[in-house]
Amino acid sequence: MSWFTRKEKGIHTPTELKKETPDGLWYKCPSCKKVMHTREHKTNAYTCIHCNYHEKIGSAEYYELLFDKNQFTELDANMSSSDPLHFVDTKPYTGRIVATQKKTNLKDAVRSAYGPVNGYDLVISCMDFDFIGGSMGSVVGEKIARAIDYSITHKIPFLMISRSGGARMMEAGFSLMQMAKTSAKLALLAEAKIPYISLLTDPTTGGVTASYAMLGDFNIAEPGALIGFAGPRVIRETIGKDLPKDFQSAEFVLEHGFLDFIVDRKELKTKIATLVGMLK
Amino acid sequence: MLLDFEKPIADLEAKLADMKQLAQDKHVDVHTAVKFLEESIIKLKKETYQNLTRWQRVQLSRHSERPYTLDYVYNITDQFIELFGDRTVKDDKAMVGGFGAIDGQTFMIIGQQKGRNTKQRQQRNFGMANPEGYRKALRLMKMAEKFNKPIVTFIDTPGAYPGIEAEERGQGEAIARNLREMFMLKVPVICIIIGEGASGGALGIAIGDKVLMLENTWYSVISPESCSSILWRSWEYKEQAAEALKLTAEDMMKFKLIDGIIEEPLGGAHTDINRMSQTVKQEIIRNLDILNQLTPQERINLRIEKFCSMGVYIE
Ligand SMILES: [Zn+2]
Repeated sequence: MSWFTRKEKGIHTPTELKKETPDGLWYKCPSCKKVMHTREHKTNAYTCIHCNYHEKIGSAEYYELLFDKNQFTELDANMSSSDPLHFVDTKPYTGRIVATQKKTNLKDAVRSAYGPVNGYDLVISCMDFDFIGGSMGSVVGEKIARAIDYSITHKIPFLMISRSGGARMMEAGFSLMQMAKTSAKLALLAEAKIPYISLLTDPTTGGVTASYAMLGDFNIAEPGALIGFAGPRVIRETIGKDLPKDFQSAEFVLEHGFLDFIVDRKELKTKIATLVGMLK
Repeated sequence: MLLDFEKPIADLEAKLADMKQLAQDKHVDVHTAVKFLEESIIKLKKETYQNLTRWQRVQLSRHSERPYTLDYVYNITDQFIELFGDRTVKDDKAMVGGFGAIDGQTFMIIGQQKGRNTKQRQQRNFGMANPEGYRKALRLMKMAEKFNKPIVTFIDTPGAYPGIEAEERGQGEAIARNLREMFMLKVPVICIIIGEGASGGALGIAIGDKVLMLENTWYSVISPESCSSILWRSWEYKEQAAEALKLTAEDMMKFKLIDGIIEEPLGGAHTDINRMSQTVKQEIIRNLDILNQLTPQERINLRIEKFCSMGVYIE
């Protein structure tokens, strides 16, 4: 999240707002560059009050937005990445994991929890992009698999919130097989006729798009989210041409028939609860 | 085209051929020298191929003379009827399929197809399927299920195609759907990586009861070149990336991410395509016999359990 700091030039802070924010925190929209009070931004579900830009948020924020009174029980909270390949690129993978855990205060790139959403029980797995680009390794695959197991055992609908650059290269073959694992579990979830809602947020690409993110009974997305299999840079390099405007945006993907609808984050909770209620 | 480590062997082989020719033309007895050269060649081959680096195996998997899907199809089937199209958009030439009879047993055989020359390579899109290729594959797999015929897939792709139309038509959705649907197929599914097994594009037809890799192939989440460019921010570290990714058949077997390795002739599959094809045929028949011992539900359960057990983590 990009916090506004007063050092930035050209922005005038009104005095009355100054008074209301003793912590001095301001949010500057990266899209329209306008400034707003962080509390105002937060109560607006982290969307810009001027241009509706949806700021990238993580599992903590989504859980608070969705679960009633932020009440939820986390599943597999302590699961953490191993290093089966003893992978070293410019630095060792184990070092990266430890450093990222410390920096983000997260165990890995996904969290799973269950709790009430407008009174309906829901299992929600939510990815954290801040953890190595939301990349999918064994922990991500296993935690999603177990969350789906929980959904099946307790007959509770499953909501997956994706935000990922794709595979975790440092887990190579293991990473690839998480696509298979999660898809296998979703096949079982479908067989049990339990609703699966897949919310794609900015960005959702690579192996995540080519597995669980696209397998929802309902594939839904936040406005403006980048959604695709191949990343735009790879496509540009492959075809040697510029890409059309809005290519791979949620609106583009909706237009091509791969999304059920786009949902404004401010209406996410109501819409999901309504949908789940209709399927009861 | 020769790979750098193939050259010393090819040089000796050329020398041997010259010597034999000389002996024939001039009626000279070169018996001892020929024998010596032949032994040297075998020795050098063994030395070379028993100590291949991971990158060298990647090179072999992409060898310009390596057998492709249709080479195996025509070598192992008595009859083959190719089937085209996804019934929605078009026929994808990078993904082929059809019913084929192997020793009287009908199989649905599906695989990515690469081209041999410039024109074919373009026509086959370098073995990079579009969404319609994955949908064609799924259509054929469902048909195999309908007529209760086992499925064999041959995997050989540098990846699913990254293009504008591929995205417009849902490359991600096409692959994802195949993954989910393949788990529920009631017929036996045997998947064989015959060349390159790159990422989701490979996995999209590789959910099987038995997943086998030929000895000199690779299977991973990314190619060594792309991995190098992302993690090292340069294309120059492909050898290191190949080592780090542990992408060979031996590696994948050790990690229990595949079910078996199919041995190649010394020097690689391309040095004896007939023998390679016969080995592949025997492996298909042997594995089908094993899978036929199980009920459809047992196969599905085991298939799901196998893939769900893949992953290493701490808790
Ligand atoms: Zn704005």
